Amino acid sequence: MQLDRIVISGIGLTSPLGNDLGTFRQNLLEGNSGVSRFPVRNMGDLPAGVCDFEQTKHQKRKEIRIGTRAGSIAIYCAHEALHDSGLELDNIDRSRVGVYLGITEHGNVETETEVCQLFDHYDEEVKYWSHHHNPRTVANNPAGEITINLGLTGPHYTVGAACAAGNAGIIQGVQMLRLGECDYALAGGVSESIRAYGIFAGFKSQGALADHEDPTKASRPFDTGRNGIVVSEGGCIYVLERLQDAQARGAKIYAEILGYRINSDGTDYVLPNPERQEECIRQALDNAGITPDQVDLVSSHATSTPQGDEQECKAIRNVFGDSGNTLVNNTKSFIGHSMGAAGAIELAGNIPSFEDGQVHATLNLDNLDPACALPGLVSGHAVAKEGGVNVILNNSFGMLGINSVLILKKFEG
Amino acid sequence: MNKDKIKQIVLDIIAEIAPDEVLTDVKPEIRLRDQLDLDSMDFLDIVMELRKQHGIDVPEGEYRELESLDSCANYLLPKFETGATA
Repeated sequence: MQLDRIVISGIGLTSPLGNDLGTFRQNLLEGNSGVSRFPVRNMGDLPAGVCDFEQTKHQKRKEIRIGTRAGSIAIYCAHEALHDSGLELDNIDRSRVGVYLGITEHGNVETETEVCQLFDHYDEEVKYWSHHHNPRTVANNPAGEITINLGLTGPHYTVGAACAAGNAGIIQGVQMLRLGECDYALAGGVSESIRAYGIFAGFKSQGALADHEDPTKASRPFDTGRNGIVVSEGGCIYVLERLQDAQARGAKIYAEILGYRINSDGTDYVLPNPERQEECIRQALDNAGITPDQVDLVSSHATSTPQGDEQECKAIRNVFGDSGNTLVNNTKSFIGHSMGAAGAIELAGNIPSFEDGQVHATLNLDNLDPACALPGLVSGHAVAKEGGVNVILNNSFGMLGINSVLILKKFEG
Repeated sequence: MNKDKIKQIVLDIIAEIAPDEVLTDVKPEIRLRDQLDLDSMDFLDIVMELRKQHGIDVPEGEYRELESLDSCANYLLPKFETGATA
């Protein structure tokens, strides 16, 4: 069966390093950290990645009050992506636009806030519990808020995929386009996780929360001094469409989706499984119809945990160790772990490589852990890739053993 | 407490829950929904804020008493006075 070719024709994002792709990319190339200290309920000021986009740019203040932070992030990214794509909603069938967003979790922030208010101010009397709680916490919330804000009437839902969700949202969009369920997909991932102290506390209890006196140095994948995750918020949404549709309207095409794969470890709640990660990468390569040496850049998932980074490096080394052509970098070292948005944001930060041939570095890699040594690992500063960047492979893995790999190709007609 | 103060209390609540609305020319005798962009969830917010900020409970069967500033004042005045002497 001949599958439709799917391309990216618009990108909208908010990250701790900027609220548009150009700013984000520039900060990555310059080696700037987006991590700062952020007040977390019951836990003090912790290293985190915080976004600073203009919420009222695309939302009324009432919408912001009723909705969620994830919804605001999603709405901002959706507007920016549509604007970037050149699509005018008034000129297309709004029932043919699908919204597919990856989320690591949703509802923790809203539930925690209600519970804390009830305990702190209302003597646990449930009559003070907000009637907004359920629409705020249903799992489709951020995707649904987009449809309400933009008046879209096609399908919308979120894809729960732990920290593999950013890729999963994009993959879902690709699949729905190929099935003919929509003509345009707003697909990607969002996260509001820094607003729930339970997320931080859970990682801390697990021994997986980053701690460093200088927050900009807290996220340090592959470094011997790494000690855990920096939790971040953010979002990235892509406009995806069929190649022939994009060409027919003269759209700017960022890249083509060449292949993907999602698989499961089937082994543990939190511990990664490098064998299954390797398998996922290899199957994605098969799906794309390419060999490892054709991959110019691997955007690694590594979260700065002692064990997780080492395990991913095993998988990458096994697949790309003999490539001789493949560079590896890491975006979490700049912005922390934006959870459900991570895969989508990290991919976006690397997409300009197709045009400028540059590969951003891995930040804070001062003392390479020998267990994380990889051929082609870029650290220190951005490098120009010899021969340019034509294929990017994006790793994104998550708890409960979910692995996702997405492969993009520079579009050349 | 008097009716004018109660109308201002209700307007202050509406200013919080509908921050995009202009409230300088709200007609007290006209239904709030007919002059402001308020829906049923917003009226639940008004009920909730009366409860949280002023300890006043409005039973579900009496929500219609909040349809205008005048009806709010008439309905809420005895509740505020009862609360003040309690």
